[in-house]
Amino acid sequence: MAKKLHLEVISPDQILWDDEVDTAVVRTIEGDVGLMNDHLPLVLPLAVGRIKIIKDGKPREASCAEGVVKIREDHALVITEAVEWIDEIDIERARKAKERAEKRLAVKKNDVDLDRANIAMTKALNRIKLYERSKK
Amino acid sequence: MAGMGMRDIKRRIKSVGSTKQITKAMEMVASAKLRKTKARLEESRPFSLAWKRALLSFLGDLQGVEHPMITPREKVRKSGYIVITGNRGLCGGYNTNVMKAALEHMKTKKASCVVAVGQKAKDFFNRRGYDIPKAYLDFSEMPDFMDAKDIRRFCVEKYLNEEVDEVYLVYTQFVSTISHKPQIVKLMPLDDEAVDSCVESDESLKHPKELAEEAQKEKIHEKMNYEPNVPRVLNLVVPNYLDSLILGGLLESSASEQGARRVAMENATNNAEEMIERLQLQYNRARQAAITQEISEIVGGAEALK
Repeated sequence: MAKKLHLEVISPDQILWDDEVDTAVVRTIEGDVGLMNDHLPLVLPLAVGRIKIIKDGKPREASCAEGVVKIREDHALVITEAVEWIDEIDIERARKAKERAEKRLAVKKNDVDLDRANIAMTKALNRIKLYERSKK
Repeated sequence: MAGMGMRDIKRRIKSVGSTKQITKAMEMVASAKLRKTKARLEESRPFSLAWKRALLSFLGDLQGVEHPMITPREKVRKSGYIVITGNRGLCGGYNTNVMKAALEHMKTKKASCVVAVGQKAKDFFNRRGYDIPKAYLDFSEMPDFMDAKDIRRFCVEKYLNEEVDEVYLVYTQFVSTISHKPQIVKLMPLDDEAVDSCVESDESLKHPKELAEEAQKEKIHEKMNYEPNVPRVLNLVVPNYLDSLILGGLLESSASEQGARRVAMENATNNAEEMIERLQLQYNRARQAAITQEISEIVGGAEALK
């Protein structure tokens, strides 16, 4: 078995993961990127999406917001503003956030609000999508 | 107070007693809130630290990179300050200390404007005639990430429009429940001054220059790659780093506020207790004196009848 990668996933609310993994897949602004041990040293900005962590052949998925990933040899660091395991997603909150964002987008006040609503919308949709997929 | 009659003393005991009840209640509310904010602060500290470490290492890799948010401007005409205070008083020197620190720092600048977080900062700088482009009044107790983002977005816009040429964050660091330290950190541009204040904030952090030297010495590391390219990564990463700093500042401040309030209210409660004790003694004396006098009057009257 190949050497393992040490992955850290940090958000303001929690340290989601600080352990060895076989592989991790993160959603960057240019698409999904798989991380394994001895990866090319790389810094990538993250987009709103998900993180897939595979340890001992078992995958786990988490929804993830904007942030950055830094990988160097056997160590990968993911810093993001929000992350939670898919089974811990507060679906009610996500749905409410989606409604709020929809309302705000409908009124169209000014650019800042629009921006904010757009981001909120992306995040809410991402959570809902991941949640619903996990239920199937 | 010697001349106070029994009724006056009784009234004062009552009034001090009700003040004590209020301070006691506030103390309890503050300690409950303190526990909550402290927990959140501790959860968020690794996050801030991770960001600081990541950013310093980027700056170490990218020595001398040109970027609007990193390269300092030739002339600093106006400095922007984000000052974080509470909305309410009754918390000892908490608000004053942080505002004084900000004011002191502004003396070295040509012109300053203030983004006030908290009612107290808004009033204070308003009174002194500072320009306040924006005030945030509704979240100083339980700040979350969106709040930090709002502030950051506003400030970055001001900075990029060249309305201000540097931005400082002034907040109160939560050392322990009884010890809080006003802190000033430079947010933008990320020049030597900003880097130094970032490095100093935690012992485990190393200066980008040191990191670069180490990397050169060891030569094990291949050069870091930035994808899709350096400017785009920085455009996305620097604002996120600033968010983490501002969020850290908000959380540290709000924990400090609750801590300061708890201590202030504890002292107030103790003082009230002492005062009640003293007044009670006075009251008892006055009562005794009145009784003694009455007795001697009766005795005197009885004597006179004989």
